[in-house]
Amino acid sequence: MTTVASGLEVSLAMSQIELDLNVVMPEILMAIFGMLLLVFGVIRGKNSLRLVSYGSAIAMVFVAYMVLNLPVEQENAFQGLFVNEWFSSFMKVLILMGSVISIFLSLNYLENNNMNRFEFPILILFSTLGMMIMLSANDLMTLYMGLELQSLPLYILAAFKRDNLKSSEAGIKYFVLGALSSGLLLYGISLIYGFTGTTSFETLSQTFASDENISIAVIVGLVFIISGLIFKISAVPFHMWTPDVYEGSPTATTAFFAIVPKIAAMGLIIRILFGAFADLIEQWQQIIVLVSILSMLVGAFAGIVQDNIKRLMAYSSIGHIGYALVGVAAGSIDGVRGVIIYLTIYMIMSAGVFAVILSMKKNDRMVENISDLSGISKSNPAMALLMTILMFSMAGIPPVAGFFGKLFIFQAAVESGLYTLAVIGVLTSVVAAFYYLRIIKVMYFDAFEDKFDKIQGKSLATIMTISGIFALCFIISPDILFSTASEAAQSLWAE
Amino acid sequence: MDTGISLIEIGISHYLIVSAILFTIGVFGIFLNRRNVIVILMSIELMLLSVTLNLVAFSSFLNDLTGQVFTMFILTVAAAEASIGLAILVTYFRNTGQIMVEKMNEMKG
Repeated sequence: MTTVASGLEVSLAMSQIELDLNVVMPEILMAIFGMLLLVFGVIRGKNSLRLVSYGSAIAMVFVAYMVLNLPVEQENAFQGLFVNEWFSSFMKVLILMGSVISIFLSLNYLENNNMNRFEFPILILFSTLGMMIMLSANDLMTLYMGLELQSLPLYILAAFKRDNLKSSEAGIKYFVLGALSSGLLLYGISLIYGFTGTTSFETLSQTFASDENISIAVIVGLVFIISGLIFKISAVPFHMWTPDVYEGSPTATTAFFAIVPKIAAMGLIIRILFGAFADLIEQWQQIIVLVSILSMLVGAFAGIVQDNIKRLMAYSSIGHIGYALVGVAAGSIDGVRGVIIYLTIYMIMSAGVFAVILSMKKNDRMVENISDLSGISKSNPAMALLMTILMFSMAGIPPVAGFFGKLFIFQAAVESGLYTLAVIGVLTSVVAAFYYLRIIKVMYFDAFEDKFDKIQGKSLATIMTISGIFALCFIISPDILFSTASEAAQSLWAE
Repeated sequence: MDTGISLIEIGISHYLIVSAILFTIGVFGIFLNRRNVIVILMSIELMLLSVTLNLVAFSSFLNDLTGQVFTMFILTVAAAEASIGLAILVTYFRNTGQIMVEKMNEMKG
């Protein structure tokens, strides 16, 4: 009798494990692909960068396909450690797309700049895996493991050009500040655990929903967690690392930094604030509002004086994160929808801009000053035109794509009664338009100096063109993105 | 149990105070130190260990194993993090021949 019962239990446990494995299958496959490619690269030795890059890109496209085939409804795995629903699937597909794009962006750059090492795409792959785990985290433990798996490859990527002083200095700065932020996050987690007795998001949100007087230690813990996460999206006051790391890292790495990790960290912030801490909205809303205002201001004003285009993009990304945080601060389903739309558009735009930056090359040397763009409308009219469209889109001028991102964000803020925030957002985006328009002015009206080398390979030109066309033609059928984004936002609320 | 020696009852708050002090020392070690990057790595380790102490104390106080499981994860990650930090430091040393914090000003900021 007992053996039958225990046999039944075993088979039940087995089927439970199978169900759990189904939910995490994309992540498991991604890890296996990464390790296989690593072994392949080691065995094949030198000159395997191209093959490993193609392999990683194929693996990521395959994993994205698997993620899209997962059910839309919420599914828990491993006793609530891991969760998946349409929101996380959508964000995962977005970051996988971004990683594939940045692999193709980096190929020629790596080969021409003495960084012909196959570890680059593999590090991107593992970092992306960490982001996927982060986006599916339903427990503070999963969150921490995902976050570290995401950060550790990023530190190496920043220092990837190891014979270059700037690159290794960027690596050290990023590492030290990144470790500091993980420390803050962990201290917050330990306080939350100690004063609520749980690390599960679901139990946390139930505790906060039923408990009237929340301990002050929980609020302190929440502040620590938010500051740790704010660092990862490089919002003010934890933005100090961004300009240095963007400037010092190899441009291929900068492109990856700008395109992908912020989307994942933003998704994580949405998940933790609207999941575990949904009932503490009065507490976190003030913090997010403050951080958002400061980021928009710093992004707009500090960008004006920059000469280096990579540094300029760093300040631009700080500003854009500020706008996205407006949607989080709104605290509503419309706000989250706005953030999703904004991040999608921002990802595609910055991929295009970095394709342009990666093709700025004169006499076999990479150049990265804004003045190097002067007069290129005469030698590279197509590139100048695409860059103009992208700059208009970044500045948020209608009718290009960037305008719609901002529109939905500010609309959500106004509906939630955050008028000051919306007004400051509009004003700072006018200020920020100055430096985007300056690039256009330099390209079209400044004296022509020296033409760029011919762009090598097809990938840069293709990405540039697709991104420009997307920005320009977004107005024709914006509904596809809008409806997908609202479904994604709604799946976060469905219980 | 009365042994005749009066001992202070060590409760959860003592652990929390010690770990808060350790954490603060770690944070200040990162910001005040202008000399050596190795000291920064030690400060980072100190921060992580103070969190570990916190988690273990809470875990024992709450009679809940989660905190101890978490601690094992943190120890593993801390080891990986330290190795990556040292590796980056070695590449920096090869380029400049020194690891002074105050000389890391190749880029403004």
